[in-house]
Amino acid sequence: MSRPFIHLAGVRKTYGDHLAISDASFDVMPGELASLVGPSGCGKSTLLKILAGLHPADGGEVRIGSPSHPFDPSRDVGMVFQAPLLLKWRRILDNVLLPAEILGLPGAESRERARHLLQLVGLAGNEAKYPYELSGGMQQRAAIARALVHDPKLVLMDEPFGALDALTREKMNLELLRIWKEAGKTIVFVTHGISEAVFLGTRVVVLTAGPARMADNFVVDLPHPRTLDMKTHERFGDYARRVYRLLGM
Amino acid sequence: MNSKLGRWTLAILAHVALIVAWYLFVRIGNVPRFVMPSPGATLDAFLQPNYDWWANIAVTGTEIFGGYLLALVAGVALALAFSWSKTLEAFFMPLLVSLNMIPKVALGPLIIVWFKYGVFPNSIMAFSIAVFPILLTTARGLREIEPELLDLVRSLRGSRWQLFTKIQLPGALPYIFSGMKVGAILAVAGAIVGEFLGSDKGLGYLMLQVQVTLDTPAMFMAVIMITLLGMVLYGLVLLLERLLVARDARVA
Repeated sequence: MSRPFIHLAGVRKTYGDHLAISDASFDVMPGELASLVGPSGCGKSTLLKILAGLHPADGGEVRIGSPSHPFDPSRDVGMVFQAPLLLKWRRILDNVLLPAEILGLPGAESRERARHLLQLVGLAGNEAKYPYELSGGMQQRAAIARALVHDPKLVLMDEPFGALDALTREKMNLELLRIWKEAGKTIVFVTHGISEAVFLGTRVVVLTAGPARMADNFVVDLPHPRTLDMKTHERFGDYARRVYRLLGM
Repeated sequence: MNSKLGRWTLAILAHVALIVAWYLFVRIGNVPRFVMPSPGATLDAFLQPNYDWWANIAVTGTEIFGGYLLALVAGVALALAFSWSKTLEAFFMPLLVSLNMIPKVALGPLIIVWFKYGVFPNSIMAFSIAVFPILLTTARGLREIEPELLDLVRSLRGSRWQLFTKIQLPGALPYIFSGMKVGAILAVAGAIVGEFLGSDKGLGYLMLQVQVTLDTPAMFMAVIMITLLGMVLYGLVLLLERLLVARDARVA
């Protein structure tokens, strides 16, 4: 039994007198795709910021990395946000290269890797285009490539498909599972879509709002690779109902 | 291509038409030379060596460009400092908005008391009037940058310098240029007003000198020279903008 890659125990976070997170405790194993699901205001994004090292927790224990999977907080985090947030003055390839530049990684190798990643996310041939020439879904694919270019151990995704239309979103879910399998990263995926959380996650962590607290944490025992028709399986429905109930619906 | 060529032709035609109208007005109206000289008489003034045109252009040009560059550096640097500290911004920004309300021309006599007269105080004059639009638009541009982008750089422990050169500066550039365009026009006015108030060389000083003798052709020529200096500065800003800012990102 290997040790967890992420270990949170009793994590608290307050902003002034607003309690953003009270007592979040869960573990994520190396290579897992953990879905963090909950309504807006439940502290999901705050939790991601703590994992990214952008904000310290006010209490509890946050440990990332293990002897077998060491973690360097200064270079092992990749981030994807709800908006693609590509730099509009840079070509797609140069956008993907941004983290490598910031970390000062060797140029030629990084370019090679960026090209490979653009291929992986299905954007081969778009290297020299500017962001405005791509659709929203394609921009988000480029943002995913950008989050992977410096080969981070942990990728944090904050509702990355929330702004896409329903069909593109389904497609991107399948794409993400494929990319996750090929890239072999540990991913923490924040969403308020219950079906998305169950479909993507090897593990689902449920957070409730008002006050923000952790309500559940379970492993999703559905086979991989996942396919869209699994959404009609009984077991999928059981997991989804479990989350709906916790969220009081 | 054709319509671009057409637009250029029209632009040049408009300028030529103005000069022709000016010529006809003076010629047909028999307007006295000291009221309004003809284009020919104005050009003739430029050929008189006793006006020392090039030396005066150099002085006024130094004041405009010097004050403007100072305003650009100070405006961007201050705005950047504000982007680092919300407290700093909340403290200084309202103050700067108030200071912006001072008619900078009214500072002229004070600047002379503080810095005597000459190229430096006139550059200060150009600076003080050009710095505010640059500062305010840059601050606005930096505020418009998505905080998540800054998070992305911070999550990789990027330095402030990387944040500035890779995200903030290019992101705010369209805004900076809109402030630079306003500032360019104001810097010219600032330098000339400075020369009017106290100086011993420069195109504004020359205008005051020749005004005494009702040498209107030289005054006309001086105004044209000042305008040309302004056009050079404005043209350089436009050229830089064209080179640095993607077309779809430009702010009018």
